[in-house]
Amino acid sequence: MPQLIKNRAVVDDRWTLVRETADFADLPAGPQIVPLAFWLAHRDALIRRGEVGVWLAPTDDPKALVADVGALPVIAVDFPQFTDGRGYSIARILRDHLQFKGELRAIGDVLRDQLFALAECGFDAFAIRADRDAEAALAGLDDFATIYASTSRTPQPWFRRR
Amino acid sequence: MYRYDDFDQTLVNRRVAQFRDQTQRFLRGELTEDEFRPLRLENGLYIQKHAPMLRVAIPYGLVSAKQLRMLAHISRDYDRGYGHFTTRQNIQFNWPRLEDVPEILALLASVEMHAIQTSGNCVRNTTTDPYAGVARDELIDPRPWAELVRQWSTIHPEFAFLPRKFKIAVTGATHDRTALLVHDIGAQAVRNDVGDLGFRVFVGGGQGRTPMIGHEIREFLPAAEILNYFDAILRVYNLHGRRDNKYKARIKIIVKEMTPAVFAQQVEAEWDKVKGGPGTVPDAEISRLSKFFTDPPYREYARDSIAYRAAIADSRPFSRWAERNVKPHKRKGYAIVTLSLKKTGTPPGDATAEQLEAIADLADQYSFGEVRVTHEQNLVLADVVQNDLHTLWVRLKELGFATPHIGLLTDIVCCPGGDFCSLANAKSIPIAEAIQRRFDDLDYLYDLGDLELNMSGCMNACGHHHVGNIGILGVDKNGEEWYQISIGGAQGNEASLGKVIGPSFAAHEVPDVIVRLIDVYVETRRDDERFIETVRRLGIAPFKERVYAATH
Repeated sequence: MPQLIKNRAVVDDRWTLVRETADFADLPAGPQIVPLAFWLAHRDALIRRGEVGVWLAPTDDPKALVADVGALPVIAVDFPQFTDGRGYSIARILRDHLQFKGELRAIGDVLRDQLFALAECGFDAFAIRADRDAEAALAGLDDFATIYASTSRTPQPWFRRR
Repeated sequence: MYRYDDFDQTLVNRRVAQFRDQTQRFLRGELTEDEFRPLRLENGLYIQKHAPMLRVAIPYGLVSAKQLRMLAHISRDYDRGYGHFTTRQNIQFNWPRLEDVPEILALLASVEMHAIQTSGNCVRNTTTDPYAGVARDELIDPRPWAELVRQWSTIHPEFAFLPRKFKIAVTGATHDRTALLVHDIGAQAVRNDVGDLGFRVFVGGGQGRTPMIGHEIREFLPAAEILNYFDAILRVYNLHGRRDNKYKARIKIIVKEMTPAVFAQQVEAEWDKVKGGPGTVPDAEISRLSKFFTDPPYREYARDSIAYRAAIADSRPFSRWAERNVKPHKRKGYAIVTLSLKKTGTPPGDATAEQLEAIADLADQYSFGEVRVTHEQNLVLADVVQNDLHTLWVRLKELGFATPHIGLLTDIVCCPGGDFCSLANAKSIPIAEAIQRRFDDLDYLYDLGDLELNMSGCMNACGHHHVGNIGILGVDKNGEEWYQISIGGAQGNEASLGKVIGPSFAAHEVPDVIVRLIDVYVETRRDDERFIETVRRLGIAPFKERVYAATH
């Protein structure tokens, strides 16, 4: 199981990530994070069921959730490889353009050396890859204090704060 | 030049600490090679043929005497006593040890330098005009804007893992000296009809295996919007650039596949959402940055130097050097001097530790302690008093930097090639030298006039062969090194891509091929026509015919 970093601590994860499922009936009980396509196919039933989040692949368009950002407690963004940087821009669209305020979680190949950049782009939860030490990874959040550019976490660029 | 404040220094120091920790974790086996590779690349560190190669950023090519002395020190203590200036206005060291790199980065940080994002799939060193601030054809000094872009792009969290590398050039002059149109983004300062400053924005230019000339996607971008607009371009590219094939991953491919018009629409839609937002650059920030790039304390001269004129009349070698290596300065009595790093027998762009220190001394003595690196791999002293030119020339001759050939055929742009680079298909340095030896008659070279010859050891095109008037590309044919020749490429306002003249040649044939190309030019040129103009007028056919008639 991946370990979850949230609020700068390793915490128990109440959510289950559903990587693949076809049938609504197959969805296990409890809080589940489902693929975007599954959400779009069963949206009303999932809202009635409750305790559902959605995860996006790098090729998914976050704007598909424009009507849902207020209702979803958690959106996860998948990094199949940490070198696939699309998730950073997806996060910024969710935070900056769609005003998503819930938990934004990085899943997949999530490693210590990317945590600072992920956090700047609006992620506030990190499912550290299962074979890595999440406690050690916490240090990655503090690689830098702040940087120059305008980001989701700190919209005012350094030149407006200096 | 720009000086770090506490914020800048802390950021670079923390980057050093971060990379020191990453290197230690890699050496302890806690990071795999695949996990460490992108981290080291974004700190300028390649694993090369013989040893790691470390590329150090020289932001927009501007370096101080103090920094040059540190580069000399590093090359002496951690390398083999020399460095190589690149076509991205950077310097690279070919022999450092991986374990030493964190220490080298700490030394660089002590003189306000770094190696951040000099490699990897991220925004690279922003380049600009080597004559910035002293050119006569300048609308604005581009350096405050280049520094703004440097800061914005440094550790930009959204764009550390782009589909591929990303290169930005900014120019403030009417005559382009940045190869603007072969950049991922080229921004050219312009004024609109009410006199407001803005940028004309080009995207999708590039070299590499699919060379393209950039497309204008915005005729006038209000200057204050530059970072918002760049964010929009990068975001569209980051989301839609191809990641299935690294050879199709540069922005130029997606711009072409979408069409420039559709790409521009997507950028505009993204820009609309951030326009006027916090990323908009306040006037105060540009004023702050501009204060780092004010004129040095020039002396007042009523007219150009009479002594300089007299020395030109007196000495043929000096007048030749003055003609090719000295350019007009915006101030009366001053001149811009280019130091050639292309002396026959030395790899183009290389300088030894002793030479770097000597250049630092010359900069202190003659040019307010600053040096610029050109993308043609030469160095520039930008603020030399004309009265000092003759003395300086004597010193430069002793040091081997006075070859009077800037812009001539032997001022060859050339990557390190197969002697050093693990990507290269073929050697480039010995070919450059063979050509320089063949064309060793200065009178003849002067008669040929402006002629850019660029050579790359592989299709990554670090030697900018596509935009050479004559371009040479090293190719691999069944494990042997061959050379493909193109003609008709050019950089600058009239940028164009060279056309390949035909099948490639063995190394020993290359100088003869160049001679035949030149023969056709000499026989067919009209009046003062330059080589590139003759090629444009006649096409490649007569050149091709001559070259292949003789060989086959």
